Amino acid sequence: MSRSRARLAEAAIAVAAVVAAAAVGAIMILSLGASPIDGFSALVDGAFGGRKELADTAIKAMPLLLVGTGICISFRARVINIGGEGQIVAGALVSTVTALALADLPPAMLIPAVLLAGVVGGGIWGAIPGALKAYLGVNEILSTIMLNIVAVQVMNYLLRDPLIDPAEIERGTRIPQTERLSPNADLPILVDGTRLHLGVVVAIVAAVAAWVFLWRSTTGYRLRAVGAGRDAARYAGIPVERMTLLALTASGAMCGLAGAVLVFGSESHRLVTDGSSTGFTGSAGFNGIVAALFGALHPLLTIPASILFGGLLVGANAMQRAIQIPASLVIAMNGLVVVFVVASVSVRQRLRLRLDDLAMLRLRPAGRRHGTTTLEVTTTGKP
Amino acid sequence: MNEFFTASVLVATVASGVRLSTPYLLAALGETFGQRSGVLNLGVDGVMLLGAFFGYWAVLVHDNLVLGLLVGAAVGVAMGIVYAVVTLLFHAEQGISGIGIYLFGLGFSELMYRQQVGTPLPIRGLGEVEIPLLADIPHVGEMLFRHSGIVYVAIALVPLLAWVINRTQFGLDVRAVGETPDAADSLGVGVRRTRAVTIIVANALAGLGGAALALELGTFQQNLTNGLGFIAVALVYFGAWRPTGVLLGSLLFGLVTAVVNQWKTLGILSGSTASLGTMAPALLTVVALAVIARRNSAQPAALTLPFQRGR
Repeated sequence: MSRSRARLAEAAIAVAAVVAAAAVGAIMILSLGASPIDGFSALVDGAFGGRKELADTAIKAMPLLLVGTGICISFRARVINIGGEGQIVAGALVSTVTALALADLPPAMLIPAVLLAGVVGGGIWGAIPGALKAYLGVNEILSTIMLNIVAVQVMNYLLRDPLIDPAEIERGTRIPQTERLSPNADLPILVDGTRLHLGVVVAIVAAVAAWVFLWRSTTGYRLRAVGAGRDAARYAGIPVERMTLLALTASGAMCGLAGAVLVFGSESHRLVTDGSSTGFTGSAGFNGIVAALFGALHPLLTIPASILFGGLLVGANAMQRAIQIPASLVIAMNGLVVVFVVASVSVRQRLRLRLDDLAMLRLRPAGRRHGTTTLEVTTTGKP
Repeated sequence: MNEFFTASVLVATVASGVRLSTPYLLAALGETFGQRSGVLNLGVDGVMLLGAFFGYWAVLVHDNLVLGLLVGAAVGVAMGIVYAVVTLLFHAEQGISGIGIYLFGLGFSELMYRQQVGTPLPIRGLGEVEIPLLADIPHVGEMLFRHSGIVYVAIALVPLLAWVINRTQFGLDVRAVGETPDAADSLGVGVRRTRAVTIIVANALAGLGGAALALELGTFQQNLTNGLGFIAVALVYFGAWRPTGVLLGSLLFGLVTAVVNQWKTLGILSGSTASLGTMAPALLTVVALAVIARRNSAQPAALTLPFQRGR
C-alpha cells in the first residue's frame, strides 16, 4: 500500500471521529428538544462567519495550539503530560510578576521578557514531574495532576493577598485579580477592529519550532527514539533520563507560554481567576490534548486541529444564544472526540495490517518459492 | 489557635473529616480494583460528576435519597460499559481515553444541570444514622458513629474489597490479569471478562462517590468535584494498591480539608492562606510518591497495557 493512501485513510478516520462526536451531539440536542441543524449552523457561523468571528476563533485556538505543541513533544517521548493546567498557571504567574517588577521597560523589551518568563515558569513546573519521573521513577500522570492542584491554589493565594489589585481592597470587593498590568506588556493587535493579537503568531512560530526540533535536530531524534522504545534507546547510548526530563520541561514551557499569552492578550490585561480549577485556564490544558491528538501528535497538523477546536469553543456560545442549549455541550463533544480518536488507533492498525496483508499476497508467492528451493537444495545436498 | 484545641471543635473536625473522605474513598476503592486488573481509568472525575448530577437530579425530582445514590451508581455502570468497550475491544490508550471520559463528564453534567435545573436548588441532604450503643461513647461516638449510611458503606467496602482481592478465586484472577495477562490467558482466565467486571465495578463506585458528594452537600453546581476524582486516582498509588492504604490516604485528604475549613471558620486562617492549606495534601502526595517510588514494586505489572492474545 502506498504511503499517501495510508495517510488518506488515517485522515478519513480522524474526520470520522469528529463526525461521530457531532452525531452524538446532535442526538443530545434533539433529545433536549432543539434543532441540531439550527444549532450547528449557528455554531459554524459564530466560529467562522466573519472577520471578528475568525479573529476570536484564532485567539481561542492559540492556547490550544501552544499546549498541543507541548503535548506533541512529551507524548512523542511517551511521557504523558496531564499537567498542562498547572503549567499554564505557573507561566501566567511568573510572567505577571515579571510585568509588575519591570513595568517601566519599553514594549520592545518587556513583551519578550514576559513571554520568556512564561516559558521559564511553565518549564520549571514541567521540570519538577520530569525530574521526579526520570530520577525517582514517580508516575508523571500523578505528579502532574497533583502539581495542577498546587499551582491553582498558589495562584488563588497570590491573587487574594500579595498580588491583589489594591483597588479591590479599597472597594472591599476583593475579586481575586491583579491590577491592570503595564500597557507596555500588552500584546499588539495585528488587525484593527478585531482582537487578533501577536500571541497567534507566537503560537504558530512555536509549533513550527517544535516541528524543527522534533524532526530536524539530533536531540529531537533522540527524544523520539526514547518514545519508540526506552530500552533500545538506552542500548543505543541515548541518555533516557535526560530526554524524559527534557520532554516534560519543553512541554511545560509551551504550556507556560500559553499562560503568558492568555494574560497579556486578554481584554482586561490582568491575571484573574474565579478560584475554581478551570477558572483561569478554561480547561485549555486538557483541550490542548484533544487538539494534539487530533493533529496526530504532529505540531504542524495541530495548527488546523486547534483552529477547529477553538472554533467549536467560540461557536458554542453562538449556538447557546441561537437554540438555548448550554455551550458546555461542546466540552462533552470534545471528550467524545478524544475517546473516538484514541479508540480508532487500533482500528487504523488493523486496517493497516489488512492492507499490508493484501500487499504481501502479491509479493509472497515469488519469495516463498525462492525460499523453498534454497531450502530444498541445502537439505538434499547435506546427507 | 486555642479555640481549635477544645474537645468539641476537635471532635467536630474529625467527624467532618471522616464525612469528607467518603467520596475519595468510594472512588479510590473502585479505581484500586480496576488497577489491580491492569486498567487505569483517568476519567474518574468525569464519572463522579455524572453520578453527582444524576443522583442530585433524582433526589430533586423524587425526593428519595437511596434512589439518588442508586442512580449515581447506575450512571457509573453505564460509563463503565462505555469504558470497557473503549479499552477492551478497541485497545485505546488508557491514560488518554480517560481524559476524554473526563471532558465528557465535565461537559455533559454541566449541560444537563444548566438545561434541567439551572440554579443550585437545595435538596434534603443525607441524614445521620446512629450506630446503637457505639454512638453514645463520648467523643468517639460523634467522630465515628454518627454519620450518613453511605459513610459506613464506604468503610465496610475496605475489608470487603481486600477480602475479594486477596481471598477469592475472582480476586486471584484479577491479580493474575493485572500482573501477567498472557499467563492468565494461557491458564484459561478470561482477561477481557475479568477486566470488564473490574472496570464496571470501578465506575459504579465512582458514580456512587459522586452522588454521595452531591447528597452530602445537598446541592449541585458545575464542576462540583473540582478535581476530586483525579486525587482519588492518585490515592491508589499513594495507598500502594491496597484497600487499607487507600483508606488511610482518603482519611488524610478528608481530615486536612476539614481542618482547613475549621480554621477558616475560626479565623485562624485568612481566606487567602486557606488556599495554601487546601493544596497541602496534594503537595504531600507528591513528596510521598517521591519517597516511596523507588521501593514501590506494588504496581500491577500490566497496568495500562492493553491485552491482545498472541502479541
